[in-house]
Amino acid sequence: MSEIRFAGYGGQGIIRSGIIAGKAASIYDNKHATMSQSFGPEARGGACSSQLVVSDSKVLYPYITVADILVAMSQEGYDKFEPELSENGMLLMDEDLVKPKPPRGTMKVYPIPATRFAEQLGNKIVANVVMLGFFTAVADVVTYDAMKKAIPSSVPEKAVDLNLKAFDRGYEYGKELLQK
Amino acid sequence: MKANPKDVLTGTYYIDGDVACGYGALAAGCKFVAGYPITPSTEAFEAMCRRGPQVGAVFIQMEDELGSMAAVIGAAWSGVKSMTITSGPGYSLMQENIGFGAMVETPFVLLNIQRGGPSTGVPTKTGQADMMQSRWGSHGDYEIIAIAPESPQEMFDYAIKAFNLAEKYRCPVMIMSDECVGHMTEKVVIPEADKIEVEPRRLFKGPAAEYAPYKPDPDLVPKMAKAGDGLKLYITGLVHDERGYPVKNEDYKAAYVRRLIDKIKRNKDKIIEIREEAVDDADVVVVSYGISSRVAIKGVEIARENGIKVGTLRLVTVWPFPDERITELARKVKAFVVPEINYGQIVFDVARCSHGHANVVLVPHGGAGVHNPNDIADAIEYAAKEKKKIQGVVEHKTRLEKLVFEGGYKLKE
Repeated sequence: MSEIRFAGYGGQGIIRSGIIAGKAASIYDNKHATMSQSFGPEARGGACSSQLVVSDSKVLYPYITVADILVAMSQEGYDKFEPELSENGMLLMDEDLVKPKPPRGTMKVYPIPATRFAEQLGNKIVANVVMLGFFTAVADVVTYDAMKKAIPSSVPEKAVDLNLKAFDRGYEYGKELLQK
Repeated sequence: MKANPKDVLTGTYYIDGDVACGYGALAAGCKFVAGYPITPSTEAFEAMCRRGPQVGAVFIQMEDELGSMAAVIGAAWSGVKSMTITSGPGYSLMQENIGFGAMVETPFVLLNIQRGGPSTGVPTKTGQADMMQSRWGSHGDYEIIAIAPESPQEMFDYAIKAFNLAEKYRCPVMIMSDECVGHMTEKVVIPEADKIEVEPRRLFKGPAAEYAPYKPDPDLVPKMAKAGDGLKLYITGLVHDERGYPVKNEDYKAAYVRRLIDKIKRNKDKIIEIREEAVDDADVVVVSYGISSRVAIKGVEIARENGIKVGTLRLVTVWPFPDERITELARKVKAFVVPEINYGQIVFDVARCSHGHANVVLVPHGGAGVHNPNDIADAIEYAAKEKKKIQGVVEHKTRLEKLVFEGGYKLKE
């Protein structure tokens, strides 16, 4: 079972990230995946997070108890959810947006300039999908094929190509990082 | 009869419980929704608004919840399947007309995505504290049916069942879900329309002169007519005779109100749905519903690892209550453990039906979250070990409750 927290601010596609990864895991990888969201009253800019529990059997407890993976797209999100991350967990973060503390225990830290990559691709709105590609490469939760199938039905039709490109950019960066 | 293929979005989706319930309602043939959108039920309303025009359904954002409930009853009498969607304070505002709906035997579905209360409470977080309100919220004697789904898939499936029961028994049916299930996103499989059974309106077909809108069939449920079809309709909240004309007579009151109650009570074996697991040789049975029944299994697994024989009974329908089954089990088991996200509601019906044979332990939760499964496991262990027979309900002190009491009811940020 994997417990994953996506954290950032409203407008970054944090909840969408949870939906895409959950859809990939449950519909295309045939696992059980339960996603819950929480957000402030603000539409954009407020603290925002989604939690995803992926398991081979039915998810009974829908929320995170100890996170195995924290995907942080903002400093506030990192500060708020770092304490729930396991000492053996993984931190994935946008390196331009998060300044982490020294890791606890055997925690592994995987930085990526996701927003910068998204800007280079033409629109920073796909930073979350760059991050999802990175997540797919470094964390063994969802398969590459499942994610590629889940993205087209989860984003606006005119943005499918851009999103798939963004996903591959993050995925390749993750694979390269693992080889280093 | 089978669902209309036009109404059914056959496929596999990754959607939340609110949206799944909306799709289920439309698949059941719902053609009218009136409501006043309120967190955390808004997504259900939005999903139906988006999809509604494609299936010929009408949506009205009303001036308030009183008007919403009234519009739903009016629409039902025009011949369409109708529903409303609400939460928290909105549910309180609907109570008067829910009683009216029950009194004039109107089929409709009410989705209540329960949130933390009382009053405005915690709008974006969960609760299960409207369960007694769903049963007793309007004044006078009446019966309703209430269902508590535990997942988005069940929100779809039981939305259809809710409409079917409403049509079959001509009564209000409540889907008593909660924020956790409503805002939980999971895989939902929507089958082909020919796999979905929908209950048609029980319409009168004979000569107009013979129609009486409250004349019961042998199962105590009367046939309906559509307003405007030329049959005589007299719809009033006053106690009325079979034609609908008001009567003040004591015998009539007894006969009419008794029938409203008995059409549910006498058919309850057909209505009640419970799911049991490992109750036969259990020392303790956990009785739960909705999201709590899902979290409870986690607690049950912990207790089993510690060698306790524990079974589960899930109330899929909460009302009508399975009195006889609880009494039967009470004679066999040491205790019932009842986790619910309130300070004690359904637990008192478990105690009522236990008749002192088994101890009854409440695992309370104040809302805005779900139980810690360890608290449920602790309560099961206590219940298995307790040798004394204890009168009334024993309240288990959860980790959260201890914090509250030790802190002298102070609030912690």
